[in-house]
Amino acid sequence: MITGRFYLVFLKRRYQKKTRLRPFSGPGTFVHGVHPPQRKELSADAPIEIVPAPEKIILPLLQHVGGPCTPLVKPRQEVSFGEMIGRGEAFVSAALHAPVSGIVQKMAVTTLPNGRHLQAIVILTQGEQLEGQELWDQLFGGKWPAKAYQTLAPEKINTAIHAAGIVGLGGAAFPTHVKITPVGEKPIHTLVVNGCECEPYLTTDYRVMVEAPEVVVAGAMLAARAVGVKRTIIGIEDNKLEAVDALRRLAAGAGIKIAVLKTKYPQGSEKHLIKAVLNREVPLGGLPADIGVAITNVATMTAVARAVMRDIPLTHRVISVTGGGIVAPKNLLVPIGIPMGELIEICGGLKKTAARIIAGGPMMGFAFTDLRTPVTKGTSGITVLTHEEVRRVDQSVCVRCGRCVDVCPMNLVPTKLALASRFKDLNLIRRHSIMACFECGSCAYVCPAGLLLVQHIRTGKALLAAERK
Amino acid sequence: MGMTIRTMMRDVLIALAPMVCAAVYFFHWFAVKQLLICVVACLAAEALFTRMRGRKPDLGDLSAVVTGLILGLSLPGTAPWYVGVIAAAVSMGIGKMVFGGLGMNIFNPAMVGRAFVMIAFAGSLAASGYVAIHMDVDIMSRATPLTAHKQMGTVVSLQSLFLGNTNGSLGETSALACLLGGVFLCVRRVASWEIPAGVLASTLVIGGVANLMDLSSQWTVAHHFLGGALLFGAFFIATDPVTSPLTSTGKWIFGIGIGVLIMLLRLFSGYPEGVMFAVLLMNALTPLINRLTIPRPFGGI
Ligand code: SF4
Ligand code: SF4
Repeated sequence: MITGRFYLVFLKRRYQKKTRLRPFSGPGTFVHGVHPPQRKELSADAPIEIVPAPEKIILPLLQHVGGPCTPLVKPRQEVSFGEMIGRGEAFVSAALHAPVSGIVQKMAVTTLPNGRHLQAIVILTQGEQLEGQELWDQLFGGKWPAKAYQTLAPEKINTAIHAAGIVGLGGAAFPTHVKITPVGEKPIHTLVVNGCECEPYLTTDYRVMVEAPEVVVAGAMLAARAVGVKRTIIGIEDNKLEAVDALRRLAAGAGIKIAVLKTKYPQGSEKHLIKAVLNREVPLGGLPADIGVAITNVATMTAVARAVMRDIPLTHRVISVTGGGIVAPKNLLVPIGIPMGELIEICGGLKKTAARIIAGGPMMGFAFTDLRTPVTKGTSGITVLTHEEVRRVDQSVCVRCGRCVDVCPMNLVPTKLALASRFKDLNLIRRHSIMACFECGSCAYVCPAGLLLVQHIRTGKALLAAERK
Repeated sequence: MGMTIRTMMRDVLIALAPMVCAAVYFFHWFAVKQLLICVVACLAAEALFTRMRGRKPDLGDLSAVVTGLILGLSLPGTAPWYVGVIAAAVSMGIGKMVFGGLGMNIFNPAMVGRAFVMIAFAGSLAASGYVAIHMDVDIMSRATPLTAHKQMGTVVSLQSLFLGNTNGSLGETSALACLLGGVFLCVRRVASWEIPAGVLASTLVIGGVANLMDLSSQWTVAHHFLGGALLFGAFFIATDPVTSPLTSTGKWIFGIGIGVLIMLLRLFSGYPEGVMFAVLLMNALTPLINRLTIPRPFGGI
């Protein structure tokens, strides 16, 4: 324990020196933001455990940003591991594959934590399963000679990613093939790989970087080839120096730079990561591609490597089950579609003090109560907070203290946005660029009046969207 | 973090403690009486007016206590009891409740109450109202330093201004106490440091220029700084979050505006002091300042 701490201090020194030498051109951080309690120690040192195939898998037809997929299977049909069971028809969409072998049941309707009701394919597990060590070896083990693939045509890589149904595993679940398709005249010059995991509590990206650095680097090399960039930078916050250490040599060998960034929420936001690493601002309402940047997350890179080099689609992901309300916090490799309640059981169940179960992390996640809710491609964790951990401030009124303004990473005036939304004042909403808000929750986190600013802003956005129609 | 409205108000009360102590030390039972009257009257008025609006009064957020104390500290110890009561009632009623309660008001409630009694009871609150001869508190028999300077050209020593053994409103006399409490507020980030910084910087500049133009004057920029309600106003009245702008730029403009107005009033008007009017004027401009200082969104032009 003590030597571990010294080692960390040692690493920190080393990388701070490195940062001063500026291996990247950005300032290494962004303006505003907050420092919520990290609590990563709960699960940071728990090696990824492999969860056996559950009895039943529930796969909503829309687990990503974009159009839903069309089911390709009928009830009572047999499916085997990795078989495509849903096709994404639209360009912005992603295919769905069976994470287990089994029999398709009747379609069901399931409600995701974000409140969407969706049709879902249900598979009853049956027969021989790819499980345990064997599964790990397939997904993360063995050698990943990405150099051998550098002759592959970029289109080939892209097709493989598209076919594998890969979406951003950091939480936003944006289809990856769209992100790394070069768009028209805008040349992409840099690929930024997001290893920040700035959301408190969660440690999935961290564990993936520590336990499977080779796969991350292989995926990054392939993605770089797909977009046709020379420069790749992996951004990691300085509270994850062990991950930096695990990746460093491999990355150097592949010509990939690592940017060690200051730990601050929301450093993992695309726009703020680009700001920190490259000192460029994505224009308001624009995309990273507008300034020549493609950006994707580290865990997504492992899915890319797997799809291109081993022809395995996105069927599993790593998630953290953590928080003060969980008996034994863990990081788990789980089949997508497993009910979240089963994962909580695997981690010893809920403590008596558990107060709130959240899909994702405490800042941007969604609270839910139905334990049958399935893990989707974008679920990065389950966080169970105790009464003490839930920041409980009695709601009163805005005293216009300006704290929310001082922390908003998008430089907005959250109190005005919330006020305008509550009073349905569309002019005021428009004047304050409400659409720039990406609901990071920093404003609500600091508000001394305990106002539910993000909820109000969401209603305001819905109002504006309704009016535009 | 973990700051709530209640803890903010509690911090303000802690920060006001040095001034309350100084007031009691210098003005004895005059201070005790005035402060008690104002606080109790504010609490009662808040309870009464909230009930009249059909809500359950919530005195637990301590905001009425803060308003009461600030109001009391901005009045002279000599003011008769009904002045405190009426000022409190106007503060809570017209200053706060007609706008819809905490968070909705445009003007600093304590200053609204004070402005009202200053006009209604000119006798008790004009310069001469501060002076009470034949009292057992010696300093109260003197004119306030600013009045003395304006009317008679006499100059109080900087040391007295700093420590507070001069006549004046209860909370304003001791620059030391104001600084102690004010710095505490800024360090706790309950008050935005930009506002007092703006006030002090602009006073310094204007006072400095006035000083340079009239080198023979005994009343220097340092006297402007330490005398009167400048520090009390900069740290405790102007920083009321509800009635000051939201953004950092806005807070600078607000602070500088107050400083400029104070100095203009002090130098060119018939009144010896200008803090109250300066704050009220800038309060009125706050919505406009907010509108003009909408920050540039990240990635915007
Ligand atoms: S932080 Fe809360 S109380 Fe302060 S201005 Fe923003 S919304 Fe109002
Ligand atoms: S307004 Fe939106 S972007 Fe700004 S802090 Fe609040 S949630 Fe985050």
